[in-house]
Amino acid sequence: MTLASIPLHTPVVIVCIDGDRQYRRRLMELGFLPGVSVQVLGIAPFGDPLDIEIRGCRFSLRSAEAACVHVRAVSAEASAELAAK
Amino acid sequence: MRIALAGNPNTGKTSLFNRLTGSNARVGNYAGVTVEREVGKWKIGARTVEVMDVPGAYSLAARSAEEQVAIRSIFGLDPGEPRPAVVVVVVDATQLVRNLYFAMQLIEARVPVVLALNLIDVARAQGTAPDPQRVEGLLGVPVVAVSATTGEGMPALAAAVERVLTEPDAGRSVVPWRYPPALTADVERLAGMVEAWSPEEARALGRWALLSVDVEDELVDVPEHVRREVIRIRAEADKAGRDIDAELIGSRYAWLDAKDFGVRGTANIGLTERIDRILLHPLWGGLGFLLAMGVLFQALFSWSDPAISAIEGLFGWLGAGVAGVLPPGVLNDFIVQGVINGAGSVVVFLPQIMLLFFLLGFLEDSGYMARVAFLVDRLMKSLGLHGRAFVPMLSGYACAVPAVMATRTLERQRDRLLTMMVVPLMSCSARLPVYTLIISAIFPPETRLLGVFPAAGFMMILMYVFSTGMALIAAAVLGRTLLKGPKVPLLLELPPYRLPRLATVLRQMWMRAKTFLTEAGTTILACTIVLWALLAFPRHPLLDHDYAADRAAILANAGLPETESLLSGQRLDEVDAAETAERLQKSYGGQLGHFIEPVIAPLGFDWKIGVGLVGAFAAREVFVSTMGVVYGIGSDADEASVPLRDRIRQETRADGSPVYTPLVGLSLMIFVALSAQCMSTLAVVRRESRSWRWPALLFAYMTVLAWVASFIVYQGGTALGF
Repeated sequence: MTLASIPLHTPVVIVCIDGDRQYRRRLMELGFLPGVSVQVLGIAPFGDPLDIEIRGCRFSLRSAEAACVHVRAVSAEASAELAAK
Repeated sequence: MRIALAGNPNTGKTSLFNRLTGSNARVGNYAGVTVEREVGKWKIGARTVEVMDVPGAYSLAARSAEEQVAIRSIFGLDPGEPRPAVVVVVVDATQLVRNLYFAMQLIEARVPVVLALNLIDVARAQGTAPDPQRVEGLLGVPVVAVSATTGEGMPALAAAVERVLTEPDAGRSVVPWRYPPALTADVERLAGMVEAWSPEEARALGRWALLSVDVEDELVDVPEHVRREVIRIRAEADKAGRDIDAELIGSRYAWLDAKDFGVRGTANIGLTERIDRILLHPLWGGLGFLLAMGVLFQALFSWSDPAISAIEGLFGWLGAGVAGVLPPGVLNDFIVQGVINGAGSVVVFLPQIMLLFFLLGFLEDSGYMARVAFLVDRLMKSLGLHGRAFVPMLSGYACAVPAVMATRTLERQRDRLLTMMVVPLMSCSARLPVYTLIISAIFPPETRLLGVFPAAGFMMILMYVFSTGMALIAAAVLGRTLLKGPKVPLLLELPPYRLPRLATVLRQMWMRAKTFLTEAGTTILACTIVLWALLAFPRHPLLDHDYAADRAAILANAGLPETESLLSGQRLDEVDAAETAERLQKSYGGQLGHFIEPVIAPLGFDWKIGVGLVGAFAAREVFVSTMGVVYGIGSDADEASVPLRDRIRQETRADGSPVYTPLVGLSLMIFVALSAQCMSTLAVVRRESRSWRWPALLFAYMTVLAWVASFIVYQGGTALGF
């Protein structure tokens, strides 16, 4: 599961980030680190980029890069809910 | 004594800078990169210190020369630049942890710092204000709660800075966070290889290199042996299954996340989110966007008009006044037509520049500019442009000069240059009179296309669609060739909405206007004078016709009756116009028109059009009045002038065929649309790119493009029998 594939307004937890090193470094420097809660608030017109909230802060990432942020559900129940969606 | 203001973007750093330095800042440039900086003076007690703003950054780590500006200016690495005695780290109190991540990198290096917890009033209102004492206790450096908006905490900030100025160790601390042993060993090895002021700074540079150096970075001045060592260390770590980036960044955040800075409750960004539910909504957000851009466009296109007319009127009046006082002659012409006219042609840009930067200030400071970039990112990405390039591109429809200046809103040099290179292709308002004149002369209002559409209106729309299309194609081509750079993925902060401060916006606007006047303005003035000289010299060419005799004849024949004297006055005007026309034709500019005729003949242009194109260099609309002079109608002819229009219709070649066939008209409009015939644009591109290379390139590629396009249209059309 990645940040690009989860439904809107659903908090999830970062597992790891892969992809281009420099971009990954930037994301981590902004606090995108394993264990941190993150959610997608919206998607721009034409399907890209995404509007993401993390640590009470909002960032815009394109879906190609958001797909490098691997996430998991907050809890077991949330996981079942996510699967249902 | 120099102090630096550093910190994350969107922390109110500029507002704080303005509050500290008042109005006496000057704009300069960081060495080697086109990143601007402001330096101002701040009075602390009995001393006056120099305050320099450091571009906002989330980290000192960098991947390009541009991003290196932060570390270079904070550590005083540029030759000739003093090392700041104190760095005031401006911290957004509502985003404490992320902002402290930046501060930690300075503390590690033992740079004397003072932390200014800015926006403390906003944080308090949200109920998430950190406790400055706790922050100070944990980090070990002075921390002051301030608000650049209300002025709160300014005396305390001054006192803290003064204390560190006197006693630098007061701004240093023993670093309380730790790194994994393997990483520490790597850092030690690198620290032994770099020159630094202290062992701590050497280690900080080592950590910086570990994060920043990459096989394909664009960093400058990283010693080759350090670079090799970093790459070796990273490769080794990879083999051992270690992740150096995660170790470094993770250790800092682990410490930050574990500490209690007294922040109670979670940030309530509810209001911003509620506003965004409308402003980023697919429908309402789109409408809001169109409205905002509509206002911006309207402001540049029409609201600036009264001020522009007033300035033109003022300089016209001034010129006429001086012309009347000074004895006629070359000095008179030089002062009136060269200097005063030239100064006027600089000042005339101010209304649009000031309006655009006033509105840009509001867009930026309110947080909406980031939303604009967010909304249009998809569209702009497909052209290879950044979302923030939208506003400069749109402004280009009004005038390329403020539009090129607006490329400042783009963070990366490559994005700025690419936008600068294509903005002048947008059909600016100065091309409008040229289109209007040609269209009205060649397509009479009653002409209909397919029997329905008015040809004149259709042609006008066609020109706008054409120039926009060419600008987009040029962006796509240049972005993939000459300005090809590493693909940098989008990472755009959508900051909370904030009420912009009028004083800050006005001050930024004034700084822009000032730099335009002093830097681009002088170039434009010089060009105007050169152009004037081209068209005014030689002073006494050999004229083919004896105009003085004509005048004498008219005056001798002038009878007494009123109507008769009016008629003779008109005849005198005609003689004057004919003489001006011949003088222009014999001037260096006129000779240049002749000289370039072989080059422009394949486009369907004669040498008279060539003279018009030379004159149009001052500003495209000057093409119209130059043609008025060339055709002996007078320099006051505008695009609605009936005699000029009729004259264009009647103009014939040596063989009696009309010069202005519809095909020539189209070819001429395409040439005007695509060529870089505007010295003000070139001057401002030079100012913004800080080199002559880019304006030269702009001129070359647009001229070639214009020539080729006109050639294809004219020759193709002729071959097809039009």
